[in-house]
Amino acid sequence: MDIHALQQIVHQTRDARRKQTIPKFSPADRDQLIHKYHPDWRASAYRPIRFGPNEGDKTVVELATLLEGDSPIGSTVDLTPHHTTDVLIIGGGGAGCAAALHAHGAGAKTILATKLRLGDSNSVMAQGGMQISVAPEDSPVTHFIDTLKGGHMQNDHDLLKVMVEEGPSIAKWLIELGVLFDRQADGNLHVKKGGGSSKPRLLTCSDYTGLEIMRVLKDEVINQKIQLLEFCAAVELLSDDDGRCTGAILKDLDNHQYVVVAAKSVILATGGIGRLHIQGFPTSNHYGATGDGLCLSYRMGAKLDHIDTFQYHPSGAVYPEQLIGALVTEGIRSEGGQLVNAKGERFVNELDTRDVVSSSIIRECEEGRGIRTMSGRVGVWLDTPLLDAEHGPGTVEKHFPAMMLQFERFGIDISKDPVLIYPTLHYQNGGVKIDTNSETNVKNLFVAGEASGGLHGRNRLMGNSLLDLMVFGKRSGLTAASRTGSVTQGKLTLKHVERFRAEAKKHGNVSGVISPMILPAYTRKVG
Amino acid sequence: MATDDSQNVIDQPEVLTHRMVTIEIAGKKYEVPEGITVIKAMWYAGQEVVRGVGCLGGFCGACATYYRTKDDPKVRTCLACQTAVQDGMSFTMMPPFPARKALYDIQKLQDPKQDLFNLYPEAPLCRNCNACTEACPQKIDVREGVWKAVFGDFQSVSEMFMDCVMCGMCTPVCIADIAPNLVALYVSRAQGAHFTEKPAGLDTRIKEIKDGRFDDEWKKVLSMNEKELAEHCATVK
Repeated sequence: MDIHALQQIVHQTRDARRKQTIPKFSPADRDQLIHKYHPDWRASAYRPIRFGPNEGDKTVVELATLLEGDSPIGSTVDLTPHHTTDVLIIGGGGAGCAAALHAHGAGAKTILATKLRLGDSNSVMAQGGMQISVAPEDSPVTHFIDTLKGGHMQNDHDLLKVMVEEGPSIAKWLIELGVLFDRQADGNLHVKKGGGSSKPRLLTCSDYTGLEIMRVLKDEVINQKIQLLEFCAAVELLSDDDGRCTGAILKDLDNHQYVVVAAKSVILATGGIGRLHIQGFPTSNHYGATGDGLCLSYRMGAKLDHIDTFQYHPSGAVYPEQLIGALVTEGIRSEGGQLVNAKGERFVNELDTRDVVSSSIIRECEEGRGIRTMSGRVGVWLDTPLLDAEHGPGTVEKHFPAMMLQFERFGIDISKDPVLIYPTLHYQNGGVKIDTNSETNVKNLFVAGEASGGLHGRNRLMGNSLLDLMVFGKRSGLTAASRTGSVTQGKLTLKHVERFRAEAKKHGNVSGVISPMILPAYTRKVG
Repeated sequence: MATDDSQNVIDQPEVLTHRMVTIEIAGKKYEVPEGITVIKAMWYAGQEVVRGVGCLGGFCGACATYYRTKDDPKVRTCLACQTAVQDGMSFTMMPPFPARKALYDIQKLQDPKQDLFNLYPEAPLCRNCNACTEACPQKIDVREGVWKAVFGDFQSVSEMFMDCVMCGMCTPVCIADIAPNLVALYVSRAQGAHFTEKPAGLDTRIKEIKDGRFDDEWKKVLSMNEKELAEHCATVK
C-alpha cells in the first residue's frame, strides 16, 4: 500500500488517542515483557567468555569474539616512544574532550589521540538532552532514585551519587565555556521531562544538545593548544613489569605507521559498540563505535561490568531506507508524541524506560501489529504531527529542527506525517569497571564515558549519558593529572600481551580475529 | 495472538526493482543501487573510507561532499551520509580545508564584540556574494549571519547557527577568505559566556549541595537494604 494510505489510521485515531492515558507497567508486568521481548534476553545471541578477567561471564557473541581476539602487535615491534606525556587520552568525543581539558587545566602535559577527527563521536549526535537536577522541586537524590529504577537497581551507588551531585557544577562549567542551553523566561535553565524520570530534568540546546556541547568543547581543546593526534587509532596498551599502564601504541591511519606514546596515565574514552551490529540490529552509533577500549583494557587485565546488557533505543528510523537505524529523538515522546500500531492503537506509556518501550514495540511487531517495508523491515508509527496538534502549528519545526531537516532531505515532512520506527542498537549499558575516579583495576588506566561500566546498571536512563561523559571525563582527567608528580614513567613492555596470548593458547586460540576492530568492514569486496 | 499484517506493507518500488544507476565518484564511473546514500555508494564501489566518515547521522560534518546531478552545471553541496544517489550523479568529497581558526580564551575576553575584529579581521570584508549561504547543507543563511556578527547581533547569530555541523563548506567558496562557521562559533560562544543571563537557580543548587542540604536524605537512602530501597523507589513516581 501507499505509505500515505497506511498513515491514515494514525491521522484518524489522533483525536481519540489524545484523551487516553496509558498507565506504566507494574514491576512484575514490566519484567515479564522484557524477559520475553528484549534482545538482552535472547539466550541464543550470548555465550560465555572463554578466558580473561571475565572468564565464564556471558556476553553477546560478537563482543566475546573480539575480547578473545589477538593483538595486532608482534613481539618484535620497536617500543621507542615517539611521544612522551603525562596523560594520554584515547578518544575524541565528549568524555575525551572533558578529560583533556581538565587534565590540561590542572597543568599536566596532555595528548589526545582519536582514530577519526576530534569530535567524531556519538556525543555529537545526542539530541534528547542532559539530565541535571537544577529545578527547585527536583534534587540529586531524586535523580539518583530515577536512575536506579531505570537501571533495574543494578547501578553502582558510589558512581551514581558522584554523577548526580556533580551535575550542577558541570552545567555551570559548560555555560562559562559558552554552551547555550535553552532558558526559561526568567533566565533559569529550561528543563524537559525525559522517559523514566519523575521530574523534568533535561537540559537541552533545542535538539542539538550534543552538537552544541561538542562544538564548544572541541573549540576549547584547540584554543588550549592541547596536542592532538587525529586519525590515530589505539591498537595496544603498554604496561610495566608490575602490570601498570604506561602508554599505548597507536596506528596512524593515514600512513599505517605505529606511533608509540609513553604516558604516566592513559584515559580510554573510546565509546561504545553499535557498529558491531549485535544480533543484526541497525545502529544509531557513529562510524568508529567498535568497542576498541573494551578489547584493549580486557587484554591488560581490566574487569568488565554488565557487558551482557545493551540499550536498544525505541525509535530508530525504519523508513526511508537511507535513514535506517538513525535516531528519532526521544524528545518527541517527551513532548507527547505517541506510539501507534498498525491498528491505530497505543500500546505503551511512551515515557516508560527505554527497555520497556523497545520491548513493547518488538512485541507489537512480532504479534503482527507492525507496518512492514519492502526491504523486510517492520516498525510502528511515531505520531509526530500530534505535537503540532497539541501545542500549535510549527511546534515540531521549532523544537526539532534537526529531525525536520533530516527527513525533509528525503521528501518527508514529519510535522505532517508520522514516522515509522523500530528499536535501534544505541548504547552499551556496561563496560570497563571503574571506581569514582574513573580508574580501572589496572593502575594508571582510566576509562571514562560509554566505554566504562557500572554507573547505568542494566539500562541507562535517557539524558544520563552526556552527564556521565562530563563528570567522569573530568574526574579521570583531574586524577590522572594529580599523579604527574608522584608517578615516574614506567617501562614500556608488552608483557600483558604475552600473558594474554599464553592464556588464549591454553584455550585453543579459537577467536580467529585481530582486535580492536577500529572501523567496521562496510567496503564491498569487489571482484 | 498473531494477526495477519500482510496488508500493512509500504510500497517501495525502488526496493523491489533494485535499479542500478551509473554515478561518478571523483571522476570515475561506477554502477551502484539507486537510492543508497553517497557514503554507501562509495563502500559499494569498493572504496575504503577513513577520512570523510564520522557520525553517519548528519551531525558531525565529516562527510562534506560536492555533487552535480545529470546535465546540471550547478555544483551543489551535501552531507554524504544524508543524501541519496541518483542516475548520472557525480560527486567528490571535500578535502580538509586549511581555514585559519583564531585562538582565544573565551572567559578572559574583555570586549567580545570588538574582539571579533581582532580575531577575525576579515569578517567585515564580506562582499555579499552569498556563495556561503548557497553552500550550506544545513540551509543556514550564512551571509546574513556574518553581517549580523559584524554588527554585533550575537544573539541572532547564535540562534541561526545552532544547526551548524561545522562541515566548513562555507569556507572554500568565500572570496573574502572568511571562515563563516568559525566566526559563528566564536560569536555563539561569546554570546553564551558573556551576554546570556547567569541562571540563578543553578548557583542555588550548587550551594545547596555544597552546604549539605541533601545529606540527611542521602543518609536515609544509602543506608537502606536492597528491599527497602526497592520499596522506596516504587514510591517515587
